[in-house]
Amino acid sequence: MLLLTCPNCGIAAEETELGAGGEAHITRYGAGSADDDFETYLFMRKNARGVHFERWRHSNGCGKWFHAARCTMTLEVFGTYSAQTFEPPKDLIKKIKKKRPDWEGFVK
Amino acid sequence: MSTRLQNGGRLIDRAEQVEFNWNGKRLLGFKGDTLASALLANDQVLVGRSFKYHRPRGIVAAGPEEPNALVALGEGGNYEPNARATTTELFDGLSAKSQNHWPTLEFDVGAVNKMMSPFFPAGFYYKTFIAPRFAWKHVFEPIIRKAAGLGPAPHAEDRDEDTYEYYYAHCDVLVVGGGIAGLAAALAAGQAGAKVLLLEQYADLGGRAPVDGVEIDGKPAQKWIDTTVKVLKKLPNVRVRTRTMGAGVYDHGYALGYERLTDHAPKVAGPRHRLWRIRAKRIVTTTGAIERPLSFAGNDIPGVMLAGSVRDYTVNFGTSVGDRVVVATNNDDAYRTAIALKEAGLDVPAVIDARVVADGELPNKARAMGIRVETGRAISTVYGGKRVTSVGICSQAGEGTKTDEIACDAVAMSGGWSPVVHLWSHCGGKLNWDFDMAMFRPDPARPPLGDDGDGFVLAAGTANGHLDAGAALADAFECGARAASEAGFKGKVAGAAIAASESEAPILAVWSMPQGQSKKLQMKTWLDYQNDVKVSDVRLAAQEGYESVEHTKRYTTLGMATDQGKLSNINGLAVLADSLNADIPQVGTTTFRPPYHPISMGAIGGEASRHLFKPMRRSPIHEWTDANGGFWEPVGDWRRPYCYQKDGESVTEAVHREINQTRDSVSILDASTLGKIIVKGPDAGKFLDMLYTNMMSSLKVGRCRYGLMCSENGFLSDDGVVARIDEETFLCHTTSGGSDRIHAWMEEWLQTEWWDWKVYTANVTEQYAQIGLVGPNARKVLEKMGTNLDLSAEALPFMAFVDGEIAGIKARPYRISFSGELSYEVAVPAAQGQAFWDAAMEAGKEFGISPYGTEALHVMRAEKGFIMIGDETDGTVIPQDLNLHWAISKKKEDFLGKRAQTRIDMVREDRWRLVGLETEEPDVVIPDGAYAIDGTTRPNGVKNMIGRITSTYYSPTLKRSIAMALVEHGPERMGEMIMFARTDGTTINAKIVDPVFLDKEGARQNV
Repeated sequence: MLLLTCPNCGIAAEETELGAGGEAHITRYGAGSADDDFETYLFMRKNARGVHFERWRHSNGCGKWFHAARCTMTLEVFGTYSAQTFEPPKDLIKKIKKKRPDWEGFVK
Repeated sequence: MSTRLQNGGRLIDRAEQVEFNWNGKRLLGFKGDTLASALLANDQVLVGRSFKYHRPRGIVAAGPEEPNALVALGEGGNYEPNARATTTELFDGLSAKSQNHWPTLEFDVGAVNKMMSPFFPAGFYYKTFIAPRFAWKHVFEPIIRKAAGLGPAPHAEDRDEDTYEYYYAHCDVLVVGGGIAGLAAALAAGQAGAKVLLLEQYADLGGRAPVDGVEIDGKPAQKWIDTTVKVLKKLPNVRVRTRTMGAGVYDHGYALGYERLTDHAPKVAGPRHRLWRIRAKRIVTTTGAIERPLSFAGNDIPGVMLAGSVRDYTVNFGTSVGDRVVVATNNDDAYRTAIALKEAGLDVPAVIDARVVADGELPNKARAMGIRVETGRAISTVYGGKRVTSVGICSQAGEGTKTDEIACDAVAMSGGWSPVVHLWSHCGGKLNWDFDMAMFRPDPARPPLGDDGDGFVLAAGTANGHLDAGAALADAFECGARAASEAGFKGKVAGAAIAASESEAPILAVWSMPQGQSKKLQMKTWLDYQNDVKVSDVRLAAQEGYESVEHTKRYTTLGMATDQGKLSNINGLAVLADSLNADIPQVGTTTFRPPYHPISMGAIGGEASRHLFKPMRRSPIHEWTDANGGFWEPVGDWRRPYCYQKDGESVTEAVHREINQTRDSVSILDASTLGKIIVKGPDAGKFLDMLYTNMMSSLKVGRCRYGLMCSENGFLSDDGVVARIDEETFLCHTTSGGSDRIHAWMEEWLQTEWWDWKVYTANVTEQYAQIGLVGPNARKVLEKMGTNLDLSAEALPFMAFVDGEIAGIKARPYRISFSGELSYEVAVPAAQGQAFWDAAMEAGKEFGISPYGTEALHVMRAEKGFIMIGDETDGTVIPQDLNLHWAISKKKEDFLGKRAQTRIDMVREDRWRLVGLETEEPDVVIPDGAYAIDGTTRPNGVKNMIGRITSTYYSPTLKRSIAMALVEHGPERMGEMIMFARTDGTTINAKIVDPVFLDKEGARQNV
């Protein structure tokens, strides 16, 4: 059972307190967008094997959303950060790169 | 015979006799006995029958690895099947029965299966599944259902009388296993300053060391154990729990403990089991090892037992398993059993050692005691039926030709010890095969990883592969200190104690006894006792191509019984490896999954049973409804009344009465469960414009508008009336089941997409009671209740609301209608809901006011052609399918779902769309969900479906059956007759009509 620290309230929360929200940093394409863009937005997910950025909600806690950087293979948590951002914080990316030198880096 | 010895028994109290019941017989044991040791003391070696062949089975082990001694305990509300006799502590009045036999344990008709055994080979189930359908249904299934199985399930009407609970614990270091290694690890971690929790599955601490004659710091192990336990109990940062098994290890340091509080003392008050939900920074597993059986023919005959367990029964419980015990082994440890038996005054006719040379400290000690040691020898077969009578002796190198026979009534076997690596492996810890020691042991380089990416489980002592007491204790001290240090505690740790036991010569890996065991003997050599899997079965599986250990397991059911292969897995995969000409590590192990040992369903449920299973939400009118004929149905987490039944009235009659009363005069409705979410802020209008398909920002203060919400896939997800309270404040009504979901949906968009928009939301569903007054006389009732409001059609028109007082209660009547009648839904503070209700009932008396339930609500909305989320929608329906184009803004640039509603599939002309239906025969109501068919069939014979029923009722207003359906090209086919299929093959004809059946102009509600 995963343990993620909610950056909004600072609690190290158990998975039962959290709701998973899928991949993070997805760009929304709304009315008038091209078919390809809309398809990417609605259906295409990385399903990464390794470093992955995802959305979580502290649903049985403070109720706030946040983002987590996690390894889908080892379940190592590199860090959690605000959901109000377009990409992961620079220092987090640096930290992951150090731990996973072969990682391709954050690709939106 | 097995019996109680004159002396000995370190765990029993001979001064306190305990009476228990076995299959109706009154037997005696001592305090401290397990059910297994007490049965052996009463010469009850035979305890059950095997799963498939109904072979007689006796006690094999002394701990949780026991595969055979599964018994049924207690009666009625205290009944429990499949309890292990070896882990059941004896208490006065205990009542146990043997299982899986008919008519009696001693004489079992099912044992005929034994003769059928050639017809029950590996993969029997797979092979019969392919058999013709009729054979399976009429021949195989009835026979198997009767013959196979363990204890019967409790009777459905017998509720478990016990209670259970959860307990949450956080610690720095969790130590699982309270043998000398566990005590040492806990001591080291505790001295370092870490918060330590030590779990031990048995009632006593210290494990095997006292049985095996280990010395610590030059004294018997028991002395050190007693001192250490005292020290640990004094350390404020260390907690020790006995009778608590470490059941499982999960991601990020999560672990489950299973505490058996009153199994040994059922009269003590309080919960029976407690599930410990533990989060630890580091977990040290000091879980010891389990002995392996030897694979020789007849190794399942009652009286054949594990050597270590035979020693346990002798030393711990003062019980002999037989008068003449032959020991069979491939290692030195089993000699400890021979020596212990001899010291207890029993006869050990011979030690049969598969090794060519056995001249270590222990074998020589045995020889010196006059025990006959036969090296390079093997058991060819065990003789006996319900009890061992003799063993045949052969050369280990041969095929099993008997050269000698030794009379005996028990066999103590040892195929070596396997470290208990379960907890290490549960969360991904990897194993290495140790060729010299013939065992899997944890690979410290590949531990399970925690959230920080570091290993969080440390296997220590015997569980780490140190079978020697000295090495085990040193390892455990070191691991305990390391675990504490890794958790951030570096306090000074006192020097480790030093343990010593007799040195042991190397084991010889023996997977088959004798080495070249003939096919005939393989068919009598058991691997998995509980599931009746033999060496021949695994060889057959390999021969038939099941080369993966996971496939072989499922094909043969090896290790799939309730003991999860604790005794059988290693022996089984060694046989598989041999059959495939592979090494054991190449074959690998099956996956270790929690729990380590079965835990009760009660413990898993904890307090969450009966009314606490899923807490119910109650409207402010709940109690009144309950007392006034409310016929409850679940709606989301709520209960709502389907109808209010009067004495002698059927449910249908009540529903029809409620509808007629509403349409003719006035009724009252508890609508409090409707979701109510406040959306407030400068950008609230802009936000709701994105959320709803229609325009909300243009709504005037004091007015209401019906709106639809869609997912980004375009599918309709919720609907409800939005009221604009002031310039910046909206109140959004959601469906009864939808308030939490929709509130979360709003928050998701506000927090993760439009976080710069100035909007707040608050779910105020439970802050208001919402009470509907519905019917032509609704206004009169409200006016009679007394109000400062002008409720006339001119002052408060349809789709408007106003704030004021009614019956002296702060009230907000909304003029909205889901029935098509003149209707006020009045929101009042929740605490005054009942007072308002009572006042309305009183004022409405002269109009015959009565409440109506959800079914009347459903019928009346269907008469008006209003959709219901969950009836007309199912997650694949877009608003356009329901002809709700009028509620979809064409002006707005964007809203959630707009883009998806332009996808090719969503604009397809032949989408199923909403229509009304009138059956040809007015009294026939079409079954809900029935499919519309056009009489054609697909190539595979299935009828072509062109639509389906979404709502279907008998309308007492129209005095006929009405229905709504989604039908291909439906709205273009007005007036046409279509057919609906019943499950019995007949059809119902219905005419496609406008779904608004009643008052199309809205004359009834706009008054």
